[in-house]
Amino acid sequence: MKSIEELMAIRDKTRKNMTVREDTGDSKIRIVVGMATCGIAAGARPVMNAFVDEIAKRDIKGVSVLQTGCIGMCRYEPIVEVTEPGKEKVTYVKMTPEKAVRVVNDHIVNGNPVAEFTVGAVED
Amino acid sequence: MYRSHVLVCGGTGCTSSNSAAIIEALEAEIKKHGLENEVKVVRTGCFGLCARGPIMVVYPEGSYYSLVKPEDVPEIVEEHLLKGRIVKRLLFEEFTMDDIKSLKETDFYKKQHRVALRNCGVIDPENIDEYIAYDGYAALAKCLSEYTPEQVIDIISESGLRGRGGGGFPTGKKWSFTAAQKSDQKYVVCNADEGDPGAFMDRSVLEGDPHCIIEAMAICGYATGASEGYIYVRAEYPIAVKRLEIAIGQAREYGLLGKNIFDSGFDFDLHIRLGAGAFVCGEETALMTSIEGNRGEPRPRPPYPAVKGLFGKPTTENNVETFANVAQIILNGADWFASMGTERSKGTKVFALGGKIKNTGLVEIPMGTTLREIVEEIGGGIPGGKKFKAAQTGGPSGGCIPASLMDTPIDYDNLTAIGCMMGSGGLIVMDEDDCMVDIAKFFLNFTVDESCGKCTPCRVGTKRLLEMLEKITSGNATLRDLDKLEDLCHYIKANSLCGLGQTAPNPVLATLKFFRNEYEAHVVDKKCPAGVCKALLSYEILEDRCRGCTACARKCPVGAISGNVKEAHTINKSLCVKCGVCMQTCKFGAIVKR
Repeated sequence: MKSIEELMAIRDKTRKNMTVREDTGDSKIRIVVGMATCGIAAGARPVMNAFVDEIAKRDIKGVSVLQTGCIGMCRYEPIVEVTEPGKEKVTYVKMTPEKAVRVVNDHIVNGNPVAEFTVGAVED
Repeated sequence: MYRSHVLVCGGTGCTSSNSAAIIEALEAEIKKHGLENEVKVVRTGCFGLCARGPIMVVYPEGSYYSLVKPEDVPEIVEEHLLKGRIVKRLLFEEFTMDDIKSLKETDFYKKQHRVALRNCGVIDPENIDEYIAYDGYAALAKCLSEYTPEQVIDIISESGLRGRGGGGFPTGKKWSFTAAQKSDQKYVVCNADEGDPGAFMDRSVLEGDPHCIIEAMAICGYATGASEGYIYVRAEYPIAVKRLEIAIGQAREYGLLGKNIFDSGFDFDLHIRLGAGAFVCGEETALMTSIEGNRGEPRPRPPYPAVKGLFGKPTTENNVETFANVAQIILNGADWFASMGTERSKGTKVFALGGKIKNTGLVEIPMGTTLREIVEEIGGGIPGGKKFKAAQTGGPSGGCIPASLMDTPIDYDNLTAIGCMMGSGGLIVMDEDDCMVDIAKFFLNFTVDESCGKCTPCRVGTKRLLEMLEKITSGNATLRDLDKLEDLCHYIKANSLCGLGQTAPNPVLATLKFFRNEYEAHVVDKKCPAGVCKALLSYEILEDRCRGCTACARKCPVGAISGNVKEAHTINKSLCVKCGVCMQTCKFGAIVKR
């Protein structure tokens, strides 16, 4: 290594992979994936990984992807809840990795919840 | 991209309580569940809360598991990592599932401010990329590209950083002395010969963040004009030595050590030297003599190391913790560092908390924090509801802070003013069951063993001091002996060659100053108020309480207790060895210690 640019490149690349270790404070967006037996059986794992990868790919700061147990509506699994401080919780149901990418794009990045994937849309 | 990182402490404390087996089990279980591409296991340095080790922290949740056993691992993997259900029973008490607290909000961490320990328990010390990720080597890059050596020294001087090994000498001044010397070769030496009983600050920094020492030594080399450095580390710290070796290898591979670093024309390389276990080698001149391959004995100063140090060349020697602050000062500025602490002691100090305290471990606090805050809040108080008596600081070179001075803000000058010293950071808490004369005797025993023997005041003086203390604890001393003891202390302090002898009487002087009544109780009343000194103790059976159950008589190792069944027993004092087994055995509280 001969330049500071090389050092900074290593820093930025590694740092991106370490964001998961940063403190989950209150000011962050939390994406919570239901990972009980029902969720896993319905395919929650690839959904969660899609969220993790997409957030890393776009280098979005201040978002943590968390797991939780059974949310209670097993027939709608995989279920994902997005909470943002000061905003109402949004619950997405019957998620897929493809839908996850769109949620990251529309909701997390641009702030527009994807209405058609939410529990409200399914129940109506 | 890993969705979850599991951090397991790989410091000496947690390693000795089996954290290596935990990591092994974790990796196996994660593989079993096919999670190896989702969950990353990281072996870190010390989290600080050694009393609750082994420690494991799972991110992104930040779940802080304590006292983890290898048997717990399958449950953690299946419940937490696979299904996302936090294993509540293993959480450190201050966390609950409904209210996941941030680590920084717990009593143990809340008042701490981690500068020297910033990466301990955060990064993988064996991975240089993780150090770089948290701005590692950016300070070195900044120095080489933006500052002249003089400017670097100015920043360190302005920050107010003082030597953390115990002396408290201004670091910037030390560097400027070496920089002012003209020489074909200069050296940087890192003193990692941490020898005080109960102290493990430097070990934890080396184990948890070895690169920060390498970077700071290179910065010091640039500032003072040195191209070579030595880290003198105890051979008794195998994990620290191994991680240093790995770190130096990685730094060389990246070109952060070696020739022409960052294409600036600056060359710097490092060597490790292992200490063979002599306490005196923590003294700077003895340390350098030892690196040179000679018997580790101190030499008279002047000439100071800055003029004639290692191999006769100008040398800057700093302690591990001092170096651990350097890169942060360069990155954040002198003002940032100077904004922490008290008027003449800036920044933070790491203490190794030990003795009669609940949260044994490693804490880093801003200068000016009081002993009360350390003991009662961060340390969680004294177990068993006992009363705080004193805290011993600075090990065999230090003194003690009595309960009456608990609210003194801790910094270099305040501690010196009350007849104590900051020391390197060992902090041993003592309660009402500890005898202060016995504590002084313990440390004198240590210095008598460790005196190198080169100068008479230390070699003979400490031995005589110890004999006097033994005379006191055996009940054979007179009040005149107390005066003689004090005189000899001052004589040794004034006449010894190096820091070891000059500070060896401190534990005696400090305890004499604050606990003279305890010394007098030993001398005049022939009693040990804390009930520690065996020669002044006797065990007795209270006749009205003894039921004659014979339990004590059966347990007594020397057959000193006699009596008939269902009748009061008696202890034959000429046979009794005062081991206290009878008192522990008695179910009726019939045996007392006087």
